[in-house]
Amino acid sequence: MATAGNILFCGVGGQGILLASEVTSRALMAAGLDIKKSEVHGMAQRGGSVVAHLRYGDRVFSPLIEHGGADVVLSFELMEAARYLPFMHPKTTVIVNTQKIAPPAVATGKALYPADPLAFIREHQVKVIPVDGAAIAAEAGEPRAANIALVGVLSTFLPVAEELFIDILRQRLPRKVEENLVAFRRGRELGTP
Amino acid sequence: MSGNEALALGAFEAGVAVASGYPGTPSTDILENFCQYDGVYAEWAPNEKVALETAIGASFAGVRALATMKHVGVNVAADPLFTAAYTGVFGGLAVICADDPEMHSSQNEQDSRNYALAAKLPMLEPADPAEARAFVHEAYAISEEFDIPVLIRSTTRLSHVEGIVEPGERRACRTPILNREPAKLVMLPANARQRRQDLADRWQRLQRLAENTPLNQMILRDRRIGVITAGVAALHVQEVLPDASILKLGMVNPLPVERIREFAGQVDELYVVEDLDPIIETQVRALGIACRGKEVVPAIGELSPTVLRRAFGIEPRHPGFPAPDMPPRPPNMCPGCPHRGLFFNLARLNVFVSGDIGCYTLGFLPPLSAMDACVCMGASIPMAHGMARALGAEGNGKIVAVIGDSTFCHSGITGLLNSAYNGDTTTVIILDNRITAMTGHQPNPVSGSTLRGEPAHEVDLERLCQALGIEHVRVVDPHDIPACHKVLAEEINREQLSVVISRAPCALLPEVRKAPKTPLAVEPTACTGCRSCLRIGCPAIVWTPVTREEAAALGLPRPDKQDGHATINAMCIGCGQCVALCKFSAIQPKEVS
Repeated sequence: MATAGNILFCGVGGQGILLASEVTSRALMAAGLDIKKSEVHGMAQRGGSVVAHLRYGDRVFSPLIEHGGADVVLSFELMEAARYLPFMHPKTTVIVNTQKIAPPAVATGKALYPADPLAFIREHQVKVIPVDGAAIAAEAGEPRAANIALVGVLSTFLPVAEELFIDILRQRLPRKVEENLVAFRRGRELGTP
Repeated sequence: MSGNEALALGAFEAGVAVASGYPGTPSTDILENFCQYDGVYAEWAPNEKVALETAIGASFAGVRALATMKHVGVNVAADPLFTAAYTGVFGGLAVICADDPEMHSSQNEQDSRNYALAAKLPMLEPADPAEARAFVHEAYAISEEFDIPVLIRSTTRLSHVEGIVEPGERRACRTPILNREPAKLVMLPANARQRRQDLADRWQRLQRLAENTPLNQMILRDRRIGVITAGVAALHVQEVLPDASILKLGMVNPLPVERIREFAGQVDELYVVEDLDPIIETQVRALGIACRGKEVVPAIGELSPTVLRRAFGIEPRHPGFPAPDMPPRPPNMCPGCPHRGLFFNLARLNVFVSGDIGCYTLGFLPPLSAMDACVCMGASIPMAHGMARALGAEGNGKIVAVIGDSTFCHSGITGLLNSAYNGDTTTVIILDNRITAMTGHQPNPVSGSTLRGEPAHEVDLERLCQALGIEHVRVVDPHDIPACHKVLAEEINREQLSVVISRAPCALLPEVRKAPKTPLAVEPTACTGCRSCLRIGCPAIVWTPVTREEAAALGLPRPDKQDGHATINAMCIGCGQCVALCKFSAIQPKEVS
């Protein structure tokens, strides 16, 4: 497994993106890697399109992923995955939550939600793993665990042992730890074909 | 930890005893982290000027002190900043200013390094969280050795970047003492002239420090390209030009003139790469050294490896794919936000809205489109006053100022005092949601609590406005659209200055989130698809297109004519604003099954 890489987290403000990127960066640090994670707070967070960059390796300089430089894109919302195509390359893996959240123009009936946003990605032969995060979370008994289910899928692409990742989750999760771990493990199954 | 956490850690370890600031992205969480350490005092000031003056006072009393702010806050604090360079310090004094290249959450992208030059203050610029912690220690050492406040420049890509930081031990705090040295601290002309000369002497010593400090690092590699750079930009350079020689400046004012000459002499082609203004470049050129800077590297927006690769013409491994054409997703006010109801009414009253800085600036966005100007903190009230004076009778009933509670305390009160004093006739609306919301819920003088969550005096806005000379002060509930509309219409048409306080707590405050809620739902058999409720722009109300068959199956009232209906999603917290918008009573409390 690659010991250096770039993960782009994206979605809509309020979906638990910052927690997901935080547990991932802590797990990579615990595995002995250098990391840099960059995110934006303030005005951008109010229901807008949100993105966090996470880079890891022996030594990481810039905190920002280049265009064409994301090895994994973890999208918490369906159409947001396609918005970050400039960061993808042919060998990128896109893990995408199938939840749809209407942007303002769609919610007010002025535009349509794209019929198949993943087609924009697949037309470039980029690998896409759709994940029904809400269903996994509901099954695990904690509706807010969708982000941890997605982190479970992501974890299979990272040089971090499962037990180490679970230790970090136990330390960082505020509540419903066991339910979140069920969601995490279910995510791992989806990431491992 | 993040750059801001590391700055807070560095300040704690350096023995800072007193810290003050005003929230502003990306600087806010420096103080929020600092205040959690034992044995420190930290507070939110109503504005950056007060914050810096508090820190200056603590320094005069002999302890190490800190002021934090975003770049535009330095404008507010500039008055004491310039003169503090003359007085110097007793305890070390550092001012952290966080710049926001790209304007992720700001109204401009000014470069704080200009202040270091203008105020003749040393400035350090760390590149990553580990340096952020270490440079704070250096800042206090320099401040005390050279008797001068030290500026630390952060940017969004330091403040909100996480990296690995090794913590150290805390230094003992200095013992406070009342030093009475008027010749140093009383800046009337006779003393100030002396201190001005003294500053020139201190500056000469600082220039010698710059030549020798390990904060500035020369890395000689391939001599064909040499890059002088600083801060986060240095990291992007090492990513894109891994073999180039680099002079990385940790101290960006004053510059190490001799080291720059030495470096320039060692490389064939010299570049300067810096975020925003050509501060280093201009000074390098003034030394008579040829270099390339802003002619290739943009001065607008933030730098990144992608931007530098383009600037230097270096092919990436893969350029990425073009973004598809999709509906944008701008930020929006939250479901249940009290500001939404207020702006919905302002949009219908067809007035010029002189706006201000906060979440409510989003009232500018469609479908509300109810803000016509927004310049800086506190400007709404004087701008409205100036417009009214320019328009004369023509302006009557056409201009309102809108300002949030925290912004009003920051710099709105003086504007309102001016309006009262000079006989203004506009209407001022204070959006009182009890908190500084945009930056993530920092308490302010109306909130009734302090930075550390302890109870505090809560300013009485009604009595304050009355004391300033406002005769007509009314309070409305912005969630009650019809009642609020009536009051606004009356006050806007009143030919006298009036204040309307639009009061309801931010929907994200814990007391609102934890309160019992009755979410709303649209009854499809009553929804005619008139789209009235969509005009309020609530993220919980979603237009749902339907076919003729679906319309009939749902029992929509006009199945042959309706192409859709409204639905309310799980984000609804039942604020009730939309209920008044539906003429068909289709919006009802959701039945809990």
